[in-house]
Amino acid sequence: MSEGRVVRVASGQGFWGDWQEAPKLQVRHGPIDYLMLDYLAEITMSIMQKQRARDPSAGYARDFVSLMVELAPELLARGVRVISNAGGVNPDACRDALAEDLGGIEMPRPLRIGVVRGDDLMSRMDELMQAGHELRNMDTGEPLAAVGDRVLSANAYLGMGPIVRALRQGADVVVTGRSTDTALTYAPLAHELGWAEDDWDRLAAGVVAGHINECGAQATGGNTLLDWEGVDLVAPGYPIIEASEDGSFVVTKHPDLGGRVTWATVTEQLVYEMGDPTRYVTPDCVADFSTIQLQDVGGDRVRIGGVRGDARPEQLKVSVAYRDGWKAVGTLTYAWPDALRKAGRADAVLRGRLERAGLAFDEIRTEYVGAGACAAGAAGAGSNAVLTDLPEVGLRIGVRSSDRSAVERFTREIAPLILAGPPTVTGFAGGRPRVQEVMAYWPALIDREVVESRVQVECLDI
Amino acid sequence: MRVRLRQVAFARSGDKGDTANVGLIALTESVYPELVREVTPARVKEHFAGVCRGEVERFELPNLCALNFLLHGALGGGGTVSLMLDAQGKTFGAAILGMEIDVAGELVEGCARVLGGETTGRPGPAGPGK
Repeated sequence: MSEGRVVRVASGQGFWGDWQEAPKLQVRHGPIDYLMLDYLAEITMSIMQKQRARDPSAGYARDFVSLMVELAPELLARGVRVISNAGGVNPDACRDALAEDLGGIEMPRPLRIGVVRGDDLMSRMDELMQAGHELRNMDTGEPLAAVGDRVLSANAYLGMGPIVRALRQGADVVVTGRSTDTALTYAPLAHELGWAEDDWDRLAAGVVAGHINECGAQATGGNTLLDWEGVDLVAPGYPIIEASEDGSFVVTKHPDLGGRVTWATVTEQLVYEMGDPTRYVTPDCVADFSTIQLQDVGGDRVRIGGVRGDARPEQLKVSVAYRDGWKAVGTLTYAWPDALRKAGRADAVLRGRLERAGLAFDEIRTEYVGAGACAAGAAGAGSNAVLTDLPEVGLRIGVRSSDRSAVERFTREIAPLILAGPPTVTGFAGGRPRVQEVMAYWPALIDREVVESRVQVECLDI
Repeated sequence: MRVRLRQVAFARSGDKGDTANVGLIALTESVYPELVREVTPARVKEHFAGVCRGEVERFELPNLCALNFLLHGALGGGGTVSLMLDAQGKTFGAAILGMEIDVAGELVEGCARVLGGETTGRPGPAGPGK
């Protein structure tokens, strides 16, 4: 590990809806250089797309704007720059909201906001299809034309390039749409430490750092199975990457905050959502997680080095969301004695009524919460003797159909079970289940120059 | 001796579409080869028989003393299509720890010391390489 310059990238949000205090604590409880805020998951983009369809000025993480209003003066005073994919499906609207809400705030100097555009392929869909880009499903091989006009959003995953460009232009806050989660961490590392865009090993190390940062406290004791009762999670420190020029880095957290950084908490996060560990594909390199050398040096510090990488792919991943029917989930609670049998009887009654009404569903799924609804139950964790004497069981029935009216009818068939069903039932205070539109996910690939030729970076001073 | 995986390993799971990933991590370096021998894709497929409809793939990460399993067709279609309570496979990591395997007794004792907080399970602050 070199003793030279170190760049600190702190994680502040692991998903849209994460703990709002975390980014403030990262800025206020110790020195950091960059704050990365990850708001996007596959499902998030389609939710934001729905919001934008209703309101052209929506479609981004609104929480981010209020967070920036609170933090902006401190960020400038402390010299902390922010990288976030909070722009969602509408980075320009996010920028406009920042400009408006930050307008009246007193700051040490103007704040420069950099916006990255060009990941959104929706407006180019006809052009792309006509040019022969089929956007075949990576799992099934089917061309996207198969789902026709049901496509709701299509976004290419952008890498570090445009973020680095924004940083070079002096942006204090970089707002992107669908950038990869990991790029939010390694783009500032590549920028600060001067990593070449074909330095596959250093970039791969940055990807590993990004993977550790992208789920917030999941790397610092959140969700840990090892000694989970011993971790203080009231005010956990989220992860901080301290990276050196050679690509090696330390995972740590602010010392006066809760949470924990050990070989165990970091390894748990490393294997999270892992596919083939030797081929972790990103827009900027292919990282090999089997080359990671990890050492717990104590004091909430884990050193990582030795990471090797391979050349970047010629294609970028595209995440497409399309409308795929309707669903609803209803729940009721049945109590002792014979809770599980009563719930089973209620399920039979309900299914009988749905059949009698002649409704067509693609799937009806029944789960008994408390009696094996999760994978452990299916894998035989609970014994049969226990199951016959449970204090209560949650009946959870879900349906899915391309026919919205069938799903709506289902939502009206839960409540009648309270009086016209098996005994000892409760738990219907929430009212009728909500009909939800199913947003299915379609992973595809596209030639990178088709996307990159249209990527734009624009800076604005507020 | 016959033990449950939770006595010698811990885990974390996640999702990619309709595929669940289960990362299984050995509590000590010395017990890792036992996991490689015992926790085969076939055993995992059998353990998740009521859950995983597709094949089970396994990847070895000896550098992290970890195995990564991909359980295909295990999440009811995945994403927002799925009607499952655990549509993102969050509980699969804990679920695999219920599997029973054969492990040499002294290796189980070493793991018990890690679970009891007496040792760290990896070359740590007091270990080699500092």
